[in-house]
Amino acid sequence: MEIKLQQNILAANDKIAVDLAKIFKDKGIYVINLMASPGAGKTSFILHTIEALKNKLSVAVIEGDIASKVDAEKVREHGVSTIQINTGGACHLDANMIRGALNFLNLDETDLIIIENVGNLVCPVEFDLGETVKVVILSVPEGDDKPLKYPRIFADSQVLIVNKMDLLDYTDFNVDGLKRTVNNLNPGINIFEISCKSADGIDNWISWLKDKTDKFLKLK
Amino acid sequence: MHEMAITESILSIVLAEAEKRDATRVKTVKIEVGELTNIVGDCVQFYFELMSKDTLASGAEVEIEEVPLQARCPSCGSVKKIENLDFLCECGGVMKIIAGKELAISAIEIE
Repeated sequence: MEIKLQQNILAANDKIAVDLAKIFKDKGIYVINLMASPGAGKTSFILHTIEALKNKLSVAVIEGDIASKVDAEKVREHGVSTIQINTGGACHLDANMIRGALNFLNLDETDLIIIENVGNLVCPVEFDLGETVKVVILSVPEGDDKPLKYPRIFADSQVLIVNKMDLLDYTDFNVDGLKRTVNNLNPGINIFEISCKSADGIDNWISWLKDKTDKFLKLK
Repeated sequence: MHEMAITESILSIVLAEAEKRDATRVKTVKIEVGELTNIVGDCVQFYFELMSKDTLASGAEVEIEEVPLQARCPSCGSVKKIENLDFLCECGGVMKIIAGKELAISAIEIE
């Protein structure tokens, strides 16, 4: 006997993600799900964002790694609440892990949560975490062809950060070509060209983010 | 790479459904996988074989149907299969994705 199901395989994760999104909305917390390859500059990007906003907003960071606390320690030195999740081999964070991590944060006094997902362009995008926005970083040395190879993450993110722009002259990276591909795949995506090394372009990202979080804070 | 987690979910949904219907065995599991989901079907089949041991779904065949990436033009309404991520419509519009992100169990066959 055949039984038609049409059952979403990730329904269990998505259900928790919906619950999380409601918590974040009720508490007026803006949540960034930050995704990128290993070494694209996720942690440096987070540190710049914290430095620019920590006097204005109460920021917390959830660090996802397969192993180690290296990133969490770096972030904690900047004086923000940091929760480390070690996935123990899993290539992505899921909504249930985030739900667990929230027990360690004072949500009533948090304005912005940055979730650093596991370094990987494939898996993290499939698992919603209840985030307000998905942000993907692509760094110049990785090459401008990544959206062709890993389209889903570029299709589903609302923001693309192109990092390590200071290295542009040493590569064949075609910024216009990249933008064309990504804009076709995901019209309306916000693209910021930055360098975490020189801090060029960070201001544009911060003013975009500040604008978004201000709107959220008004809802509190 | 996340096929392990995906397969765990598949198995738990399938077993819940089979138990609900007092099945003695699951023969087939049909899965729809969108082109954009980056799921490797062979891995799902392999993990399913391992994970389903000693369950009602042991020995079940996993059939994977790949759903191609398709988009519709918001200006003229035409629909096409997308190749090489070319979302430009002949009319000049930029097409929007309507299929290719599926990750679902479409049906199961039980005894």
